[in-house]
Amino acid sequence: MELLMSLLIGLMFTAGVYLILSKNVLRIIIGTAIVSHGANLTLLTIGGIKRGNAPILLDGLTLFNDPIPQALILTAIVIGFAVTALFLVVAYRAYQENGTDMVNRTRGNDDDDD
Amino acid sequence: MMMTNFALLPILIPFVAAILLLILPHKIKYQRPAALSFSFILLAASLFSAYKVITEGTLVVTMGNWPVPFGISIVADMLAMLLVVTTTLILPLIILYSIRTISVQREEGLYYPLVFFMITGVNGSFLTGDIFNLFVFFEVMLMSSYGILVLGGTRVQLQGILKYLVFNVIASAFFIVSVAMLYGIVGTLNMADIANKLAQVQGNADAGLISVIAIFFLFVFGSKAGIFPLFVWLPSSYVSAPMPILALFGGLLTKVGVYAILRTFSLFFSSSPGIEWDFLRWSAYLTIIIGVVGAMSYRNMKNIIIYNILIAIGVILVGFTSLTTSGMTGSVFYLIHDMLIKVALFMVIGVILFITGTPDIRDFSGLIARYPGLTITFFIAMLGLAGIPPFSGFVGKLYIVKGVFESGDSVGGILILVSSLFVLLSLLRIFILGFWGKERGPVITSLATDK
Repeated sequence: MELLMSLLIGLMFTAGVYLILSKNVLRIIIGTAIVSHGANLTLLTIGGIKRGNAPILLDGLTLFNDPIPQALILTAIVIGFAVTALFLVVAYRAYQENGTDMVNRTRGNDDDDD
Repeated sequence: MMMTNFALLPILIPFVAAILLLILPHKIKYQRPAALSFSFILLAASLFSAYKVITEGTLVVTMGNWPVPFGISIVADMLAMLLVVTTTLILPLIILYSIRTISVQREEGLYYPLVFFMITGVNGSFLTGDIFNLFVFFEVMLMSSYGILVLGGTRVQLQGILKYLVFNVIASAFFIVSVAMLYGIVGTLNMADIANKLAQVQGNADAGLISVIAIFFLFVFGSKAGIFPLFVWLPSSYVSAPMPILALFGGLLTKVGVYAILRTFSLFFSSSPGIEWDFLRWSAYLTIIIGVVGAMSYRNMKNIIIYNILIAIGVILVGFTSLTTSGMTGSVFYLIHDMLIKVALFMVIGVILFITGTPDIRDFSGLIARYPGLTITFFIAMLGLAGIPPFSGFVGKLYIVKGVFESGDSVGGILILVSSLFVLLSLLRIFILGFWGKERGPVITSLATDK
């Protein structure tokens, strides 16, 4: 199971990196989102996917899954969500300002030296 | 128990201040004095906490009284406290400078709350004793820095923020991956506990994986600190910011990355220095070289100082990788010195920009005739940055060079000494071209703020 998850995570990182290297801002945002998902899955997988019960204390249950990675993922998801929301708004503003969403056409810093 | 809780004040005060400043965001006449007084309260509180650390030793606060490896602990040792005091010393100066120079439109866009949220993240990163909590405080710092950097929404800023965002989002994802790998080996998140467990891992099958994790951490913190291959976002996103924001970022943000490298490498990966230390050393060398090349090649004053940030980061890390007492002492001294002197330089450059209205040093000259005080301030800041004896930069660099030569790393020592010459030269070019000569250039004294 861990091996299968690792392959999936590798695939997600590949797709994410491929998208980040493209020229379209929206593709880059989708790429960063996919990389974040891959990172969260890494956190889940590396703690070990053992067959246990959900970590809720109930009578008669003894074997539980590790609750720490779940708490960490919950935190990381919320942070990733906030950053993605900000990124989308910035991309929208940049589109309004520049009139294009291709990153290679937004060169030419005003303050740069000649 | 009550006494150790003082270590929390440098995190709690800016957090509460930021929330209070969110009330009445458009009433600038209340925001300004409130922000200023909060910053002085914060300075007093962190000086008090530092005094406690000096008299009583390291303060450890365990959140919710959970025993140490299970809960989050805040650890205020002398290094963390020094950096917190430096941060809180910079803050009132930045706010005073912002009140005079930043545009009202930006101030109404939640500028002061964002600054205080950023200080929360910076102080939290310095004080935390938990690796995932460090990630969270990094994100607090970064989220507010995105906000501050894009405030105003000009075209240049939007271009700068895109690079900054992409780079930091990827680095944050890799931070999660490296924390996950570390958790997979040692099964704990408390930094002290990780250090203990990693020392036991040495020698068995997982030992090679520790180097991999170390290089992951180097990638993550290096991209925040701007070390050699990972600095590419830094010049273009920093140059887009207005001057007080640039001073705040140049003084604090990269230094948090440097602190994280210092902390993780000395705590986790120092028991048997392997390939990761060579990686760190060589990227530090190349950071110095690229910083020198950048500082010498630009005629934009902002860019010259920005590339000087890179040189300083390289010097600090070369001193750190010497792994000698004097090298590390020098690194810490130089870190504190550099935070202060970079803020000072950015502020002086901001004043020059305000006077002349252009960042290009070829466009003006002869400022010394009309502004002697500014000239002396710039001259002293320049000597301090280059490390001329009576000023503070000298002591740090002396210790670093001593430690680096003691460890037998003559390449690094010579590189640091030669780089000092170029630091001096790059600033002397501003001094000679801008301050000396006949009075010339667009000497504007109108209210063209926000440069």
